[in-house]
Amino acid sequence: MKFTTLAVAAIMAASPVMADLVFPSLSYRTGPYAANGIPFADGYEDYFTLLNERDGGIGGVPTKVIECETGYNTEKGVECYEATKAEGALVYQPLSTGITYQLIPKVTADGIPLHTMGYGRTSAKNGKVFSNVFNYPANYWDGASHAVNHIMSQGDIKGKKIALVYHNSAYGKEPIRTLEELSKKHGFELTLIPVDHPGQEQKSQWLQIRREKPDNVIMYGWGVMNQVAIQEAANIRFPMENFIGIWWSGSENDVLPAGDKANGYKALTFHNLGDDYPLYDDLRKYVVDAGKAAGAGDQLGTALYNRGMYAAMLAAEAAKTAQELSGQKELTPALMRDGMEALEITEEKMAAIGLPNFGPTFKVSCENHGGDGLGAVAQWDATAGEWSLITGYEGSDQDVIQGLVDEDSAAFAAESNIDEGCK
Amino acid sequence: MPEQLLFAMEVTLNGLMAGVLYALVALGFVLIFKASGIFNYAQGVMALFAALTLVGIMEGQIPFAHIINAIFGTELHHFGWHVPALLAIILTAGVMVLFAWLVQRYIFQHLVNQEPIILFMATIGLAYFLEGVGDLMWGSDIKKLDVGLPQGINDWIDVTTLEALGYGFFIDNLDISATVVAVFLVAALIIFSQYTKQGRALRAVADDHQAALSVGISLNFIWVLVWSIAGFVALVAGIMWGAKSGVQFSLSLIALKALPVLMLGGFTSIPGAIVGGLIIGVGEKLFEFAIGPLVGGATENWFAYVLALLFLVFRPQGLFGEKIIERV
Amino acid sequence: MFYREAGDFNTSYPEDSQTFPIKFDRYRYYVVLAVAFLVIPFIINDYWANAVFVPFLIYAIAAIGLNILTGYCGQVSLGTGGFMAVGAYAVYKLMTSFPEVSMLIHVPLAGLITAGVVTVFGLPSLRIKGFYLAVATLAAQFFLVWLFNKVPWFYNYSASGQISSPERDVFGIIITGPNTEAWAKYVICLIFVTLAAVIARNLTRGSVGRKWMAIRDMDIAAEIIGVNPMMAKLTAFAVSGFFIGIAGALFFSVYLGAAEVGESFGIDKSFLVLFMVIIGGLGSIFGSFAGAAFMVLLPVLLKNVFVGFLGWPTDLAAHLQFIVAGGLIIVFLIMEPHGLAQLWRLAKEKLRLWPFPH
Repeated sequence: MKFTTLAVAAIMAASPVMADLVFPSLSYRTGPYAANGIPFADGYEDYFTLLNERDGGIGGVPTKVIECETGYNTEKGVECYEATKAEGALVYQPLSTGITYQLIPKVTADGIPLHTMGYGRTSAKNGKVFSNVFNYPANYWDGASHAVNHIMSQGDIKGKKIALVYHNSAYGKEPIRTLEELSKKHGFELTLIPVDHPGQEQKSQWLQIRREKPDNVIMYGWGVMNQVAIQEAANIRFPMENFIGIWWSGSENDVLPAGDKANGYKALTFHNLGDDYPLYDDLRKYVVDAGKAAGAGDQLGTALYNRGMYAAMLAAEAAKTAQELSGQKELTPALMRDGMEALEITEEKMAAIGLPNFGPTFKVSCENHGGDGLGAVAQWDATAGEWSLITGYEGSDQDVIQGLVDEDSAAFAAESNIDEGCK
Repeated sequence: MPEQLLFAMEVTLNGLMAGVLYALVALGFVLIFKASGIFNYAQGVMALFAALTLVGIMEGQIPFAHIINAIFGTELHHFGWHVPALLAIILTAGVMVLFAWLVQRYIFQHLVNQEPIILFMATIGLAYFLEGVGDLMWGSDIKKLDVGLPQGINDWIDVTTLEALGYGFFIDNLDISATVVAVFLVAALIIFSQYTKQGRALRAVADDHQAALSVGISLNFIWVLVWSIAGFVALVAGIMWGAKSGVQFSLSLIALKALPVLMLGGFTSIPGAIVGGLIIGVGEKLFEFAIGPLVGGATENWFAYVLALLFLVFRPQGLFGEKIIERV
Repeated sequence: MFYREAGDFNTSYPEDSQTFPIKFDRYRYYVVLAVAFLVIPFIINDYWANAVFVPFLIYAIAAIGLNILTGYCGQVSLGTGGFMAVGAYAVYKLMTSFPEVSMLIHVPLAGLITAGVVTVFGLPSLRIKGFYLAVATLAAQFFLVWLFNKVPWFYNYSASGQISSPERDVFGIIITGPNTEAWAKYVICLIFVTLAAVIARNLTRGSVGRKWMAIRDMDIAAEIIGVNPMMAKLTAFAVSGFFIGIAGALFFSVYLGAAEVGESFGIDKSFLVLFMVIIGGLGSIFGSFAGAAFMVLLPVLLKNVFVGFLGWPTDLAAHLQFIVAGGLIIVFLIMEPHGLAQLWRLAKEKLRLWPFPH
């Protein structure tokens, strides 16, 4: 044991401290969710590689991505956090709700920002309580509202039956409160159908759906649960256009195993899909063709690759904002946090980056760390093998959600003795 | 309420079919445990590995492409050919035989006569090892497995029951094919073990190692044989489950579905695995149907175990297990 | 040369039956304790505490607990993850319901609650044996996880079902919550580990431990010589549950700070602790430590070697990590099926004769 201790110490000491802008990537390329973790991590890393190769970094300071494998495991996530924070990490994006919950108290104590885009703790939208946690541009509760709005746009929702098929974990239970409130407000009937991890066997659940014949099904699934659910929905001939998944149930991985039968399946998203953007030309030229792509380099343009790239883009823009605000080129986590809080994404900014109309426009403020909660609906075309947006970016029911956010964050503040900021 | 009765019947039928799928996984456990006393935790990972290999061969993937590319800086991915399903299945079975030989030669030959828990531990080490090798060889993305099995609702049953009973039953075509395959597999196993020389030798080994050894049966050969058969059973289970969800890491977790089946049927009985599978399948589905909504659902995972536990309290060796005789 | 019993005269029974009968061993033990208590707290940083020492110490408690059940009493259990969850949720409910009471009382209380629950789940062991029992304990694992996920009372009705530990202090030193210093986490775990090891050692060499071992070696024979199998088995479950509950409570409150039952206390945890016990050595307190150290350090070490030292992509490294870990487990079992503790014993035997082996 002594030898191993020495060996580890030697390795730890050998890694140099650099003045780059450090963006740790807590990725998972192994384990049950690897198929989802790989494209996200590739997109995240490739974007920063592109910035380095094309622009020499952000504002002239090179970026550095430190990848650390978590395997979607919370303990490894903690180890990764501790291992990378000493290197001057500017922002963490763990892509796991479990790890997010671990990190929320830790980053707040260490003064490092945490960005959980479309996952994590929803009430972190309230910046008065969660000073270091951001979840723009949209969160789980926005997603539930988007799904209901979309159903309403297709006809009167009153008296309809809607079933929620969810992963029986903290993540899957998130939308329940929101949907219950919305069902009271709009008068639809809500059925809850939990699926236990991992979700390989869902016969009972889909037989129940077949018996009860809900008009619409909303799914909050992850990993193998998505593929099986879409397959089973096809098996019972549930009309795919009435089946809406959250953005974590909307990647190519989820629909491909079901083949043609998945045609018409819908999923929410908060960014655009496909690779028809000027930025992709640069990505191919500077990163992929130069042999610098992360992973196998074959994920460009998939839904989760785009999401990873979008996450990196938002982080880079926040870093730019921080540089402008502080007048300093080299950033500290505290400056980065201020930059994220002042972040504004406009149509011009996205077009200048080479991603016109890629995501919603939004503005972050001290009180609102969650943006405006805009989201769109995408539909799967099995013959073309691609997702396409069928709506624009639309808002969510903030009347309902804001009340829930305030309630949950107040409970957290009381439990952890946090005084509200932003005064 | 006749409608509820019809629903319950549908659930029961589907439970039976699910039970067959569980039994397919449990069979592999039973074979190895019976012949060598090893509780093979790696059975689930073997199913994953077999399915990965099958897809890899069918798609003409280059094994270890990722690590080769990382070391030599090459850009290899595919051979560029597609192998027909049947040939690929035969090739994969060959890989599983090779795997069985390696396992026997390099692991269990060195662990003969160890306590059961040590052997169990070794299979867990094997499971880790195989998981890493499988990912490294074929990559960890989700793969679509299509060997031409029909999938989706069976229209004939739907229409017939609708006319006869007023409610169309849902039976998945894939489940029907799984049942047919399972019947053939079990029949083949029974014929093999009853009517062939190797099969009789296998039963002799399962009965008493030393007596078998003394009449000139090669234990090593039998153990390789039994691991090969278990590998083949894992391949069949991998195909069936992989067709449902795509081939991916979570496939290895089906082992957890097989454990209550084993407990209930007894670790040493092939009919036990089948009957146990059916009881567990029907039991958990009916419980979820009847009691699930009252307690909030998602009860299947634990109910299977509790059901098996209840049976065990009355028959500590499982329904069909060998009676445990203890002497001081 | 240094390590021998010559000149070490025992003149009383307690001296003769002490844990470390050889002087050198005794001093080594004191030195280890001194380093652990007086040196490491002053040099430890966040990384070492959170990535290595705190998980190691907590897993050591869990491994001691499972070792009592599996190694000493012969009852294989795969419910450890679920039982740790009982400890975690018990301490969470206690912490939030009685904030003014000290953590030094809450943690052992959580252990006691777990002991009760584990004893109930141990009842089938009176009928069921061997692997059947192991699989039967999985029923406890799945049921407990489902229960904590389903009943909102356990997680104080929070929106997502996660529990997070509020800030609590002991004598003015913060030991839970985000503002805890690395050394405080380490020391609180170290105190519990030391107590657990001392209690376990003394239990296992007393009459209770002898009864457990008699049951392990052959329960029918033990019954004939007058050991009550019901009492022996249930006390083993209770004591084991007590330690596992403490480990679960510390795991959640001190180490993780926030937990979700399915992810933090799933079936993987049950297997992990069982590995520790078997790799370390069944029926050995030292083995519990060695196994915990092995299973905690190995991944960290491999990761640092592959990624930090050789600069390989993280996914390759992670796959190789699986291969190496699995391979090492097999190699260890082939070389020494009785675990690291047996290797340690053999090394000591060699050392006693060194440098004159004949």
